[in-house]
Amino acid sequence: MADNFYGEVLTDHNLHPQHKHELDCATCSQHGVNPSCGDDIVLNLEVRNGIIENGSFTGSGCAISQASADIMLDLIIGKTPEEAEHYKELFMKMISGGITDEELEELEEASALQSISKMPARVKCAALGWRTLETLLNFKEVKNEDINKG
Amino acid sequence: MMNKELLSKQNFPVFDAYPGLAYLDNSATQQKPRQVIEAVNRYYCEENANPLRGLYELSVKATDAYEGARTAVKGFIGAKSEKEIIFTRNASESLNLIAYSWGRENIKADDEILVAVSEHHSDLLPWQILAKQKGAVIRYLECSQSGEYTAQALRKALTPKTKLFAVAQISNVFGRLNPIKEFTDICHENKTVIVCDGAQSVPHIPVDVQELGVDFLAFSAHKMLGPMGMGVLYGKEELLEKMPPFLSGGEMIEYVTREGATYAELPHKFEAGTVNAGGAVGLKAAIDYINELGFEAIERREDELTKLAFEGMKKIPYVNIIGADDPHDHHGILTFTIEGVHPHDIAAVFDSENIAIRAGHHCAQPLHQFLGVQSTARMSLAFYNDEKDIERFVSVLGSVRRKMGYGG
Ligand SMILES: Cc1ncc(COP(=O)(O)O)c(C=O)c1O
Repeated sequence: MADNFYGEVLTDHNLHPQHKHELDCATCSQHGVNPSCGDDIVLNLEVRNGIIENGSFTGSGCAISQASADIMLDLIIGKTPEEAEHYKELFMKMISGGITDEELEELEEASALQSISKMPARVKCAALGWRTLETLLNFKEVKNEDINKG
Repeated sequence: MMNKELLSKQNFPVFDAYPGLAYLDNSATQQKPRQVIEAVNRYYCEENANPLRGLYELSVKATDAYEGARTAVKGFIGAKSEKEIIFTRNASESLNLIAYSWGRENIKADDEILVAVSEHHSDLLPWQILAKQKGAVIRYLECSQSGEYTAQALRKALTPKTKLFAVAQISNVFGRLNPIKEFTDICHENKTVIVCDGAQSVPHIPVDVQELGVDFLAFSAHKMLGPMGMGVLYGKEELLEKMPPFLSGGEMIEYVTREGATYAELPHKFEAGTVNAGGAVGLKAAIDYINELGFEAIERREDELTKLAFEGMKKIPYVNIIGADDPHDHHGILTFTIEGVHPHDIAAVFDSENIAIRAGHHCAQPLHQFLGVQSTARMSLAFYNDEKDIERFVSVLGSVRRKMGYGG
Protein backbone atom coordinates (compact mmCIF):
# COMPACT_ATOMS: atom_id res chain seq x y z
CA MET A 1 0.00 0.00 0.00
CA ALA A 2 1.35 3.42 -0.95
CA ASP A 3 0.35 6.73 0.55
CA ASN A 4 -2.12 8.83 -1.33
CA PHE A 5 0.08 11.08 -3.41
CA TYR A 6 -2.73 13.06 -4.98
CA GLY A 7 -2.25 16.26 -3.01
CA GLU A 8 -3.70 19.61 -3.94
CA VAL A 9 -0.72 20.70 -6.05
CA LEU A 10 -1.04 17.63 -8.23
CA THR A 11 -4.82 17.56 -8.62
CA ASP A 12 -4.90 21.30 -9.26
CA HIS A 13 -2.31 21.18 -12.04
CA ASN A 14 -4.14 18.19 -13.52
CA LEU A 15 -7.62 19.71 -13.52
CA HIS A 16 -6.62 23.32 -14.22
CA PRO A 17 -3.37 23.23 -16.17
CA GLN A 18 -2.04 26.65 -17.09
CA HIS A 19 0.12 25.51 -19.96
CA LYS A 20 -2.11 22.98 -21.67
CA HIS A 21 -2.87 24.62 -25.01
CA GLU A 22 -1.53 24.95 -28.54
CA LEU A 23 1.44 27.28 -29.07
CA ASP A 24 1.45 29.02 -32.43
CA CYS A 25 4.75 30.76 -31.83
CA ALA A 26 6.60 27.53 -30.96
CA THR A 27 10.06 27.15 -32.44
CA CYS A 28 10.20 23.43 -31.71
CA SER A 29 7.87 20.61 -30.68
CA GLN A 30 8.27 17.03 -29.62
CA HIS A 31 5.90 14.10 -29.16
CA GLY A 32 6.32 11.89 -26.08
CA VAL A 33 4.45 8.68 -25.20
CA ASN A 34 4.30 5.96 -22.59
CA PRO A 35 3.03 3.14 -24.80
CA SER A 36 2.07 0.80 -22.00
CA CYS A 37 -0.19 3.26 -20.19
CA GLY A 38 -1.23 5.50 -23.05
CA ASP A 39 0.13 8.80 -21.69
CA ASP A 40 0.63 10.91 -24.77
CA ILE A 41 1.81 14.52 -24.94
CA VAL A 42 3.26 17.04 -27.37
CA LEU A 43 5.63 19.54 -25.79
CA ASN A 44 6.12 22.90 -27.50
CA LEU A 45 8.80 25.46 -26.75
CA GLU A 46 9.51 28.92 -28.04
CA VAL A 47 13.24 29.45 -27.65
CA ARG A 48 14.59 32.86 -28.66
CA ASN A 49 17.93 34.45 -27.85
CA GLY A 50 18.89 31.63 -25.58
CA ILE A 51 15.77 31.90 -23.42
CA ILE A 52 12.76 29.61 -23.22
CA GLU A 53 10.31 32.43 -23.81
CA ASN A 54 7.22 30.29 -23.78
CA GLY A 55 6.07 26.71 -23.63
CA SER A 56 2.97 24.55 -23.69
CA PHE A 57 1.78 20.98 -23.95
CA THR A 58 -1.21 19.15 -25.37
CA GLY A 59 -2.32 15.55 -25.09
CA SER A 60 -3.85 13.18 -22.61
CA GLY A 61 -2.89 10.76 -19.88
CA CYS A 62 -3.04 10.13 -16.17
CA ALA A 63 -3.09 12.92 -13.61
CA ILE A 64 0.58 12.40 -12.77
CA SER A 65 1.78 12.75 -16.37
CA GLN A 66 -0.37 15.80 -17.05
CA ALA A 67 0.29 17.63 -13.79
CA SER A 68 4.00 16.91 -13.99
CA ALA A 69 4.24 18.44 -17.48
CA ASP A 70 2.36 21.54 -16.34
CA ILE A 71 4.56 21.97 -13.26
CA MET A 72 7.65 21.50 -15.40
CA LEU A 73 6.64 24.30 -17.74
CA ASP A 74 6.09 26.60 -14.73
CA LEU A 75 9.68 25.94 -13.76
CA ILE A 76 11.42 26.32 -17.10
CA ILE A 77 9.61 29.19 -18.82
CA GLY A 78 11.85 32.26 -18.69
CA LYS A 79 14.95 30.15 -18.09
CA THR A 80 17.87 29.21 -20.36
CA PRO A 81 18.12 25.70 -21.84
CA GLU A 82 21.04 25.04 -19.48
CA GLU A 83 18.90 25.91 -16.49
CA ALA A 84 16.14 23.68 -17.83
CA GLU A 85 18.68 20.89 -18.20
CA HIS A 86 19.69 21.38 -14.58
CA TYR A 87 16.06 21.12 -13.40
CA LYS A 88 15.61 18.01 -15.48
CA GLU A 89 18.58 16.39 -13.78
CA LEU A 90 17.24 17.32 -10.35
CA PHE A 91 13.82 15.95 -11.19
CA MET A 92 15.21 12.65 -12.44
CA LYS A 93 17.29 12.44 -9.28
CA MET A 94 14.20 13.04 -7.17
CA ILE A 95 12.05 10.34 -8.76
CA SER A 96 14.84 7.82 -8.54
CA GLY A 97 14.91 8.55 -4.81
CA GLY A 98 18.35 10.18 -4.45
CA ILE A 99 17.86 13.88 -3.86
CA THR A 100 19.08 16.13 -1.04
CA ASP A 101 16.79 18.53 0.83
CA GLU A 102 18.40 21.64 -0.73
CA GLU A 103 18.05 20.23 -4.21
CA LEU A 104 14.44 19.38 -3.48
CA GLU A 105 13.75 22.98 -2.56
CA GLU A 106 15.03 24.14 -5.95
CA LEU A 107 12.35 22.08 -7.62
CA GLU A 108 9.57 24.13 -5.98
CA GLU A 109 6.15 22.64 -6.76
CA ALA A 110 7.67 19.73 -8.66
CA SER A 111 8.80 18.43 -5.27
CA ALA A 112 5.15 17.44 -4.69
CA LEU A 113 5.91 14.46 -6.93
CA GLN A 114 8.68 13.14 -4.70
CA SER A 115 6.65 10.21 -3.31
CA ILE A 116 6.27 8.82 -6.84
CA SER A 117 9.77 7.43 -6.39
CA LYS A 118 8.16 4.75 -4.21
CA MET A 119 5.82 3.65 -7.02
CA PRO A 120 8.08 2.25 -9.75
CA ALA A 121 5.14 1.70 -12.10
CA ARG A 122 4.30 5.42 -12.07
CA VAL A 123 7.80 6.90 -12.36
CA LYS A 124 7.54 6.92 -16.13
CA CYS A 125 4.27 8.90 -15.92
CA ALA A 126 5.93 11.61 -13.83
CA ALA A 127 8.98 11.63 -16.10
CA LEU A 128 7.17 11.83 -19.45
CA GLY A 129 7.24 15.64 -19.76
CA TRP A 130 10.83 15.79 -18.61
CA ARG A 131 11.99 13.05 -20.96
CA THR A 132 10.30 14.87 -23.82
CA LEU A 133 12.04 18.06 -22.73
CA GLU A 134 15.35 16.21 -22.74
CA THR A 135 14.86 15.37 -26.41
CA LEU A 136 13.98 18.97 -27.23
CA LEU A 137 17.02 20.34 -25.41
CA ASN A 138 19.19 18.32 -27.75
CA PHE A 139 17.57 19.88 -30.83
CA LYS A 140 19.81 21.94 -33.09
CA GLU A 141 17.43 24.89 -32.92
CA VAL A 142 17.60 24.98 -29.15
CA LYS A 143 21.37 24.61 -29.06
CA ASN A 144 21.90 27.03 -31.97
CA GLU A 145 19.84 29.69 -30.26
CA ASP A 146 22.15 29.13 -27.42
CA ILE A 147 25.24 29.88 -29.53
CA ASN A 148 23.58 32.94 -31.08
CA LYS A 149 22.95 34.50 -27.74
CA GLY A 150 26.62 35.49 -27.23
CA MET B 1 -14.05 -28.91 6.60
CA MET B 2 -17.36 -27.08 6.44
CA ASN B 3 -18.18 -25.00 3.39
CA LYS B 4 -18.23 -21.89 5.48
CA GLU B 5 -14.66 -22.47 6.57
CA LEU B 6 -13.50 -23.25 3.05
CA LEU B 7 -15.02 -20.00 1.81
CA SER B 8 -13.17 -17.98 4.40
CA LYS B 9 -10.09 -15.83 4.01
CA GLN B 10 -8.69 -17.51 7.10
CA ASN B 11 -7.32 -20.31 4.94
CA PHE B 12 -5.20 -17.84 2.98
CA PRO B 13 -1.95 -17.01 4.78
CA VAL B 14 -1.29 -13.90 2.69
CA PHE B 15 -4.01 -12.21 4.72
CA ASP B 16 -2.06 -12.91 7.91
CA ALA B 17 0.79 -10.90 6.39
CA TYR B 18 -1.60 -8.24 4.98
CA PRO B 19 -4.56 -8.26 7.35
CA GLY B 20 -6.18 -5.11 6.00
CA LEU B 21 -5.83 -5.95 2.33
CA ALA B 22 -8.93 -6.14 0.17
CA TYR B 23 -7.56 -8.23 -2.68
CA LEU B 24 -9.67 -7.62 -5.76
CA ASP B 25 -7.29 -8.63 -8.54
CA ASN B 26 -8.22 -12.29 -8.69
CA SER B 27 -8.38 -12.42 -12.48
CA ALA B 28 -4.68 -11.62 -12.54
CA THR B 29 -3.85 -14.31 -10.01
CA GLN B 30 -5.58 -15.80 -7.01
CA GLN B 31 -4.20 -16.11 -3.51
CA LYS B 32 -3.26 -19.59 -2.31
CA PRO B 33 -4.93 -21.47 0.53
CA ARG B 34 -2.78 -23.09 3.19
CA GLN B 35 -3.78 -26.53 1.87
CA VAL B 36 -2.09 -25.82 -1.48
CA ILE B 37 1.04 -24.30 0.05
CA GLU B 38 1.36 -27.25 2.43
CA ALA B 39 0.89 -29.82 -0.33
CA VAL B 40 3.74 -28.30 -2.36
CA ASN B 41 5.86 -28.15 0.77
CA ARG B 42 5.10 -31.78 1.60
CA TYR B 43 6.06 -32.89 -1.89
CA TYR B 44 9.48 -31.27 -1.60
CA CYS B 45 9.95 -32.52 1.97
CA GLU B 46 8.82 -36.08 1.47
CA GLU B 47 8.50 -37.13 -2.17
CA ASN B 48 10.98 -35.19 -4.26
CA ALA B 49 13.06 -36.90 -6.93
CA ASN B 50 13.12 -36.54 -10.70
CA PRO B 51 9.82 -38.07 -11.81
CA LEU B 52 9.66 -40.54 -14.72
CA ARG B 53 13.37 -41.26 -14.51
CA GLY B 54 14.71 -42.99 -11.46
CA LEU B 55 14.59 -46.67 -10.68
CA TYR B 56 14.25 -46.28 -6.95
CA GLU B 57 11.46 -45.79 -4.47
CA LEU B 58 11.58 -42.01 -4.08
CA SER B 59 11.43 -41.43 -7.82
CA VAL B 60 8.47 -43.76 -8.05
CA LYS B 61 6.77 -41.66 -5.38
CA ALA B 62 7.53 -38.47 -7.28
CA THR B 63 6.18 -40.02 -10.47
CA ASP B 64 3.01 -41.07 -8.69
CA ALA B 65 2.54 -37.58 -7.29
CA TYR B 66 3.02 -36.02 -10.71
CA GLU B 67 0.83 -38.47 -12.60
CA GLY B 68 -1.75 -38.38 -9.81
CA ALA B 69 -2.15 -34.68 -10.51
CA ARG B 70 -2.80 -35.49 -14.17
CA THR B 71 -5.55 -37.89 -13.19
CA ALA B 72 -7.08 -35.22 -10.96
CA VAL B 73 -7.09 -32.70 -13.84
CA LYS B 74 -8.59 -35.29 -16.17
CA GLY B 75 -11.46 -35.81 -13.76
CA PHE B 76 -11.84 -32.10 -13.05
CA ILE B 77 -12.47 -31.14 -16.69
CA GLY B 78 -14.04 -34.42 -17.81
CA ALA B 79 -11.37 -35.50 -20.32
CA LYS B 80 -11.51 -39.03 -21.71
CA SER B 81 -7.97 -39.99 -20.79
CA GLU B 82 -4.78 -38.79 -19.14
CA LYS B 83 -3.24 -38.72 -22.59
CA GLU B 84 -5.29 -35.61 -23.29
CA ILE B 85 -3.80 -33.63 -20.38
CA ILE B 86 -0.51 -31.88 -21.14
CA PHE B 87 1.21 -29.99 -18.35
CA THR B 88 2.69 -26.62 -19.32
CA ARG B 89 3.83 -23.49 -17.47
CA ASN B 90 0.60 -21.53 -17.91
CA ALA B 91 -2.29 -20.82 -20.27
CA SER B 92 -0.01 -18.75 -22.49
CA GLU B 93 2.36 -21.66 -23.03
CA SER B 94 -0.57 -23.99 -23.69
CA LEU B 95 -1.84 -21.68 -26.42
CA ASN B 96 1.64 -21.29 -27.89
CA LEU B 97 1.99 -25.06 -27.96
CA ILE B 98 -1.12 -25.33 -30.13
CA ALA B 99 0.07 -22.57 -32.47
CA TYR B 100 3.57 -23.99 -32.90
CA SER B 101 2.72 -27.65 -33.04
CA TRP B 102 -0.77 -27.96 -34.48
CA GLY B 103 -0.44 -24.69 -36.39
CA ARG B 104 2.83 -25.54 -38.09
CA GLU B 105 1.32 -28.72 -39.50
CA ASN B 106 -2.14 -27.51 -40.35
CA ILE B 107 -2.09 -23.84 -41.35
CA LYS B 108 -1.16 -22.96 -44.93
CA ALA B 109 -0.93 -19.76 -46.97
CA ASP B 110 -4.31 -18.04 -47.40
CA ASP B 111 -5.94 -20.03 -44.62
CA GLU B 112 -7.93 -17.97 -42.16
CA ILE B 113 -7.65 -17.89 -38.37
CA LEU B 114 -10.64 -16.35 -36.65
CA VAL B 115 -10.01 -14.72 -33.26
CA ALA B 116 -12.60 -13.16 -30.95
CA VAL B 117 -11.82 -9.45 -30.66
CA SER B 118 -11.86 -9.57 -26.86
CA GLU B 119 -9.08 -12.16 -26.60
CA HIS B 120 -6.24 -11.75 -24.17
CA HIS B 121 -2.90 -11.13 -25.94
CA SER B 122 -1.93 -14.69 -24.98
CA ASP B 123 -4.73 -15.98 -27.21
CA LEU B 124 -3.93 -13.56 -29.99
CA LEU B 125 -0.17 -13.13 -30.47
CA PRO B 126 0.53 -16.85 -31.08
CA TRP B 127 -2.03 -16.75 -33.90
CA GLN B 128 -0.69 -13.49 -35.32
CA ILE B 129 2.82 -14.92 -35.42
CA LEU B 130 1.62 -18.18 -36.94
CA ALA B 131 -0.34 -16.31 -39.60
CA LYS B 132 2.66 -14.19 -40.47
CA GLN B 133 4.92 -17.21 -40.81
CA LYS B 134 2.48 -19.10 -42.98
CA GLY B 135 1.03 -16.26 -45.01
CA ALA B 136 -2.36 -16.93 -43.44
CA VAL B 137 -4.91 -14.28 -42.55
CA ILE B 138 -6.17 -13.24 -39.09
CA ARG B 139 -9.79 -12.20 -38.92
CA TYR B 140 -11.73 -10.97 -35.93
CA LEU B 141 -15.11 -11.93 -34.62
CA GLU B 142 -16.66 -8.81 -33.17
CA CYS B 143 -18.97 -8.60 -30.20
CA SER B 144 -21.54 -6.04 -29.13
CA GLN B 145 -20.39 -3.10 -26.99
CA SER B 146 -21.49 -5.09 -23.97
CA GLY B 147 -19.34 -8.07 -24.98
CA GLU B 148 -21.93 -10.41 -26.43
CA TYR B 149 -20.99 -12.79 -29.25
CA THR B 150 -23.75 -14.38 -31.29
CA ALA B 151 -23.93 -17.69 -33.10
CA GLN B 152 -25.23 -15.82 -36.10
CA ALA B 153 -22.15 -13.60 -36.30
CA LEU B 154 -19.90 -16.63 -35.94
CA ARG B 155 -21.69 -18.44 -38.79
CA LYS B 156 -21.23 -15.40 -40.98
CA ALA B 157 -17.56 -15.01 -40.11
CA LEU B 158 -16.59 -18.61 -40.89
CA THR B 159 -15.51 -19.35 -44.44
CA PRO B 160 -14.30 -22.57 -46.07
CA LYS B 161 -10.78 -21.26 -45.38
CA THR B 162 -11.26 -20.82 -41.61
CA LYS B 163 -9.07 -23.48 -40.05
CA LEU B 164 -9.21 -22.33 -36.45
CA PHE B 165 -11.35 -20.24 -34.12
CA ALA B 166 -9.87 -18.95 -30.85
CA VAL B 167 -12.19 -17.68 -28.13
CA ALA B 168 -12.23 -17.39 -24.35
CA GLN B 169 -15.02 -19.06 -22.45
CA ILE B 170 -15.06 -16.04 -20.12
CA SER B 171 -13.37 -12.81 -21.21
CA ASN B 172 -11.03 -11.24 -18.67
CA VAL B 173 -12.53 -7.81 -19.39
CA PHE B 174 -16.29 -8.46 -19.72
CA GLY B 175 -16.59 -11.52 -17.48
CA ARG B 176 -19.36 -12.74 -19.75
CA LEU B 177 -19.80 -16.46 -20.39
CA ASN B 178 -19.69 -17.31 -24.08
CA PRO B 179 -21.89 -20.11 -25.48
CA ILE B 180 -18.95 -22.39 -26.24
CA LYS B 181 -20.96 -25.53 -26.93
CA GLU B 182 -22.99 -23.78 -29.59
CA PHE B 183 -19.81 -22.26 -31.08
CA THR B 184 -18.18 -25.69 -31.16
CA ASP B 185 -21.06 -27.21 -33.11
CA ILE B 186 -20.96 -24.37 -35.63
CA CYS B 187 -17.18 -24.65 -36.01
CA HIS B 188 -17.27 -28.40 -36.45
CA GLU B 189 -19.91 -28.19 -39.16
CA ASN B 190 -17.38 -26.01 -40.96
CA LYS B 191 -14.44 -28.34 -40.14
CA THR B 192 -12.90 -25.54 -38.08
CA VAL B 193 -10.88 -26.41 -34.99
CA ILE B 194 -11.98 -24.52 -31.87
CA VAL B 195 -9.49 -23.40 -29.21
CA CYS B 196 -11.06 -22.37 -25.93
CA ASP B 197 -9.14 -20.13 -23.52
CA GLY B 198 -10.36 -21.30 -20.13
CA ALA B 199 -8.05 -19.12 -18.02
CA GLN B 200 -10.99 -17.18 -16.51
CA SER B 201 -13.67 -19.87 -16.65
CA VAL B 202 -12.08 -23.01 -15.21
CA PRO B 203 -11.53 -21.33 -11.79
CA HIS B 204 -15.16 -20.18 -11.50
CA ILE B 205 -17.59 -22.55 -13.23
CA PRO B 206 -17.70 -26.31 -13.86
CA VAL B 207 -16.08 -27.00 -17.23
CA ASP B 208 -16.56 -30.33 -18.98
CA VAL B 209 -14.57 -30.66 -22.19
CA GLN B 210 -16.66 -33.52 -23.55
CA GLU B 211 -19.86 -31.61 -22.97
CA LEU B 212 -18.39 -28.49 -24.63
CA GLY B 213 -16.83 -30.57 -27.40
CA VAL B 214 -13.91 -28.14 -27.82
CA ASP B 215 -10.75 -29.36 -29.53
CA PHE B 216 -8.38 -27.58 -27.15
CA LEU B 217 -8.73 -25.92 -23.75
CA ALA B 218 -5.99 -23.91 -22.02
CA PHE B 219 -5.80 -22.72 -18.41
CA SER B 220 -3.40 -21.73 -15.60
CA ALA B 221 -3.13 -23.18 -12.10
CA HIS B 222 -2.28 -19.82 -10.53
CA LYS B 223 -5.67 -18.34 -11.35
CA MET B 224 -7.44 -21.17 -9.52
CA LEU B 225 -5.74 -21.26 -6.08
CA GLY B 226 -2.76 -23.21 -7.44
CA PRO B 227 0.92 -22.34 -7.75
CA MET B 228 2.51 -20.19 -10.47
CA GLY B 229 4.45 -21.91 -13.21
CA MET B 230 1.87 -24.60 -13.77
CA GLY B 231 -0.61 -24.75 -16.64
CA VAL B 232 -2.73 -27.20 -18.55
CA LEU B 233 -3.43 -27.90 -22.17
CA TYR B 234 -6.30 -30.21 -22.88
CA GLY B 235 -6.43 -31.54 -26.45
CA LYS B 236 -8.48 -34.23 -28.11
CA GLU B 237 -6.37 -37.35 -28.32
CA GLU B 238 -6.78 -37.79 -32.09
CA LEU B 239 -5.46 -34.25 -32.65
CA LEU B 240 -2.59 -34.48 -30.15
CA GLU B 241 -1.58 -37.84 -31.59
CA LYS B 242 -0.90 -36.30 -35.01
CA MET B 243 0.90 -33.21 -33.72
CA PRO B 244 4.70 -32.92 -33.72
CA PRO B 245 6.44 -32.21 -30.40
CA PHE B 246 6.64 -28.59 -29.29
CA LEU B 247 9.88 -28.57 -27.31
CA SER B 248 12.43 -31.36 -27.43
CA GLY B 249 14.85 -32.89 -24.97
CA GLY B 250 14.79 -35.43 -22.19
CA GLU B 251 11.69 -37.40 -21.25
CA MET B 252 9.84 -36.83 -24.49
CA ILE B 253 11.58 -39.52 -26.51
CA GLU B 254 11.24 -43.23 -26.94
CA TYR B 255 14.43 -43.97 -28.76
CA VAL B 256 17.24 -41.73 -29.93
CA THR B 257 19.98 -42.52 -32.46
CA ARG B 258 22.60 -40.29 -34.04
CA GLU B 259 20.20 -39.64 -36.88
CA GLY B 260 16.94 -39.02 -35.12
CA ALA B 261 14.43 -40.08 -32.54
CA THR B 262 11.06 -41.61 -32.05
CA TYR B 263 8.90 -39.73 -29.65
CA ALA B 264 7.33 -40.81 -26.43
CA GLU B 265 3.65 -41.55 -26.20
CA LEU B 266 1.13 -38.94 -25.18
CA PRO B 267 1.14 -36.94 -23.01
CA HIS B 268 4.92 -37.07 -22.44
CA LYS B 269 5.65 -36.26 -26.06
CA PHE B 270 4.84 -32.66 -25.17
CA GLU B 271 6.65 -32.47 -21.84
CA ALA B 272 10.34 -32.09 -22.62
CA GLY B 273 12.84 -31.94 -19.78
CA THR B 274 12.34 -32.16 -16.04
CA VAL B 275 8.75 -31.36 -15.17
CA ASN B 276 7.23 -29.12 -12.49
CA ALA B 277 6.17 -31.88 -10.12
CA GLY B 278 5.75 -29.51 -7.16
CA GLY B 279 3.49 -27.36 -9.31
CA ALA B 280 1.45 -30.38 -10.36
CA VAL B 281 1.00 -31.43 -6.74
CA GLY B 282 -0.10 -27.89 -5.89
CA LEU B 283 -2.58 -27.91 -8.76
CA LYS B 284 -4.03 -31.18 -7.50
CA ALA B 285 -4.41 -29.69 -4.01
CA ALA B 286 -6.18 -26.69 -5.55
CA ILE B 287 -8.56 -29.02 -7.41
CA ASP B 288 -9.20 -30.93 -4.19
CA TYR B 289 -10.02 -27.65 -2.44
CA ILE B 290 -12.41 -26.59 -5.20
CA ASN B 291 -14.04 -30.02 -5.31
CA GLU B 292 -14.53 -30.09 -1.57
CA LEU B 293 -16.12 -26.67 -1.66
CA GLY B 294 -18.06 -27.46 -4.82
CA PHE B 295 -18.81 -25.19 -7.76
CA GLU B 296 -22.35 -24.70 -6.57
CA ALA B 297 -21.09 -22.97 -3.44
CA ILE B 298 -18.37 -21.09 -5.34
CA GLU B 299 -20.77 -19.78 -7.96
CA ARG B 300 -23.42 -18.84 -5.41
CA ARG B 301 -20.90 -16.90 -3.32
CA GLU B 302 -19.21 -15.15 -6.23
CA ASP B 303 -22.56 -14.26 -7.76
CA GLU B 304 -23.70 -12.77 -4.44
CA LEU B 305 -20.56 -10.64 -4.09
CA THR B 306 -20.64 -9.57 -7.75
CA LYS B 307 -24.23 -8.41 -7.31
CA LEU B 308 -23.35 -6.44 -4.19
CA ALA B 309 -20.46 -4.69 -5.97
CA PHE B 310 -22.43 -4.10 -9.16
CA GLU B 311 -25.35 -2.50 -7.33
CA GLY B 312 -23.04 -0.28 -5.31
CA MET B 313 -21.23 0.84 -8.46
CA LYS B 314 -24.47 1.57 -10.28
CA LYS B 315 -25.42 4.09 -7.61
CA ILE B 316 -22.38 6.23 -8.37
CA PRO B 317 -23.30 8.45 -11.32
CA TYR B 318 -19.87 8.91 -12.89
CA VAL B 319 -18.93 5.21 -12.90
CA ASN B 320 -19.33 3.41 -16.20
CA ILE B 321 -19.33 -0.42 -16.06
CA ILE B 322 -18.07 -2.20 -19.18
CA GLY B 323 -20.18 -5.16 -20.31
CA ALA B 324 -23.52 -6.65 -19.39
CA ASP B 325 -26.20 -4.85 -17.41
CA ASP B 326 -26.91 -7.93 -15.33
CA PRO B 327 -24.39 -8.70 -12.57
CA HIS B 328 -25.01 -12.40 -13.10
CA ASP B 329 -23.25 -12.08 -16.49
CA HIS B 330 -20.03 -10.76 -14.92
CA HIS B 331 -18.66 -13.78 -13.06
CA GLY B 332 -16.80 -11.66 -10.54
CA ILE B 333 -15.20 -9.38 -13.14
CA LEU B 334 -16.23 -5.71 -13.08
CA THR B 335 -14.30 -3.52 -15.50
CA PHE B 336 -15.08 0.18 -15.34
CA THR B 337 -14.09 3.74 -16.04
CA ILE B 338 -14.64 6.91 -14.03
CA GLU B 339 -15.40 10.07 -15.93
CA GLY B 340 -12.40 12.38 -15.91
CA VAL B 341 -10.02 10.08 -14.01
CA HIS B 342 -7.34 7.99 -15.69
CA PRO B 343 -7.51 4.28 -14.65
CA HIS B 344 -3.94 4.35 -13.31
CA ASP B 345 -4.94 7.16 -10.99
CA ILE B 346 -8.02 5.17 -9.94
CA ALA B 347 -5.85 2.17 -9.04
CA ALA B 348 -3.44 4.40 -7.10
CA VAL B 349 -6.28 5.87 -5.04
CA PHE B 350 -7.48 2.33 -4.23
CA ASP B 351 -3.94 1.29 -3.32
CA SER B 352 -3.71 4.15 -0.85
CA GLU B 353 -6.76 2.58 0.85
CA ASN B 354 -5.18 -0.91 0.82
CA ILE B 355 -7.42 -2.24 -1.92
CA ALA B 356 -5.77 -4.04 -4.85
CA ILE B 357 -7.38 -3.58 -8.26
CA ARG B 358 -5.97 -3.61 -11.77
CA ALA B 359 -5.77 -0.80 -14.32
CA GLY B 360 -4.58 -0.66 -17.89
CA HIS B 361 -5.53 -2.56 -21.02
CA HIS B 362 -5.58 -5.96 -19.26
CA CYS B 363 -3.59 -7.51 -22.10
CA ALA B 364 -6.52 -6.91 -24.44
CA GLN B 365 -5.51 -3.88 -26.50
CA PRO B 366 -7.51 -4.73 -29.64
CA LEU B 367 -10.62 -4.93 -27.44
CA HIS B 368 -9.94 -1.52 -25.90
CA GLN B 369 -9.48 -0.07 -29.39
CA PHE B 370 -12.79 -1.69 -30.35
CA LEU B 371 -14.51 -0.18 -27.30
CA GLY B 372 -12.90 3.19 -28.00
CA VAL B 373 -11.19 3.52 -24.61
CA GLN B 374 -7.46 3.72 -23.91
CA SER B 375 -7.62 1.77 -20.71
CA THR B 376 -9.95 0.72 -17.92
CA ALA B 377 -9.88 -0.23 -14.26
CA ARG B 378 -10.94 -3.71 -13.16
CA MET B 379 -11.95 -5.29 -9.89
CA SER B 380 -12.16 -9.06 -9.92
CA LEU B 381 -13.27 -11.09 -6.95
CA ALA B 382 -13.12 -14.68 -5.77
CA PHE B 383 -15.20 -16.69 -3.31
CA TYR B 384 -12.84 -15.88 -0.43
CA ASN B 385 -13.56 -12.17 -0.65
CA ASP B 386 -16.21 -10.94 1.74
CA GLU B 387 -18.90 -8.27 2.06
CA LYS B 388 -16.48 -5.99 3.87
CA ASP B 389 -14.06 -6.02 0.89
CA ILE B 390 -16.90 -5.08 -1.42
CA GLU B 391 -18.24 -2.37 0.86
CA ARG B 392 -14.80 -0.82 1.15
CA PHE B 393 -14.39 -1.02 -2.62
CA VAL B 394 -17.68 0.78 -3.25
CA SER B 395 -17.00 3.39 -0.61
CA VAL B 396 -13.55 4.26 -2.03
CA LEU B 397 -15.00 4.24 -5.54
CA GLY B 398 -17.41 6.91 -4.40
CA SER B 399 -14.54 9.09 -3.18
CA VAL B 400 -12.20 8.82 -6.18
CA ARG B 401 -13.33 11.95 -7.99
CA ARG B 402 -13.23 14.02 -4.82
CA LYS B 403 -9.73 12.75 -4.07
CA MET B 404 -8.69 13.74 -7.57
CA GLY B 405 -9.74 17.31 -6.91
CA TYR B 406 -13.23 17.41 -8.37
CA GLY B 407 -15.65 19.34 -6.22
CA GLY B 408 -18.80 17.74 -4.77
C1 LIG C 1 -8.43 -14.76 -20.59
C2 LIG C 1 -6.98 -14.99 -20.29
N1 LIG C 1 -6.25 -15.75 -21.11
C3 LIG C 1 -4.96 -16.01 -20.87
C4 LIG C 1 -4.31 -15.47 -19.79
C5 LIG C 1 -2.86 -15.76 -19.61
O1 LIG C 1 -2.62 -16.50 -18.48
P1 LIG C 1 -1.12 -16.77 -18.03
O2 LIG C 1 -0.49 -15.44 -17.84
O3 LIG C 1 -1.26 -17.53 -16.76
O4 LIG C 1 -0.47 -17.56 -19.11
C6 LIG C 1 -5.03 -14.66 -18.91
C7 LIG C 1 -4.38 -14.08 -17.71
O5 LIG C 1 -4.04 -12.97 -17.55
C8 LIG C 1 -6.40 -14.41 -19.16
O6 LIG C 1 -7.11 -13.62 -18.36
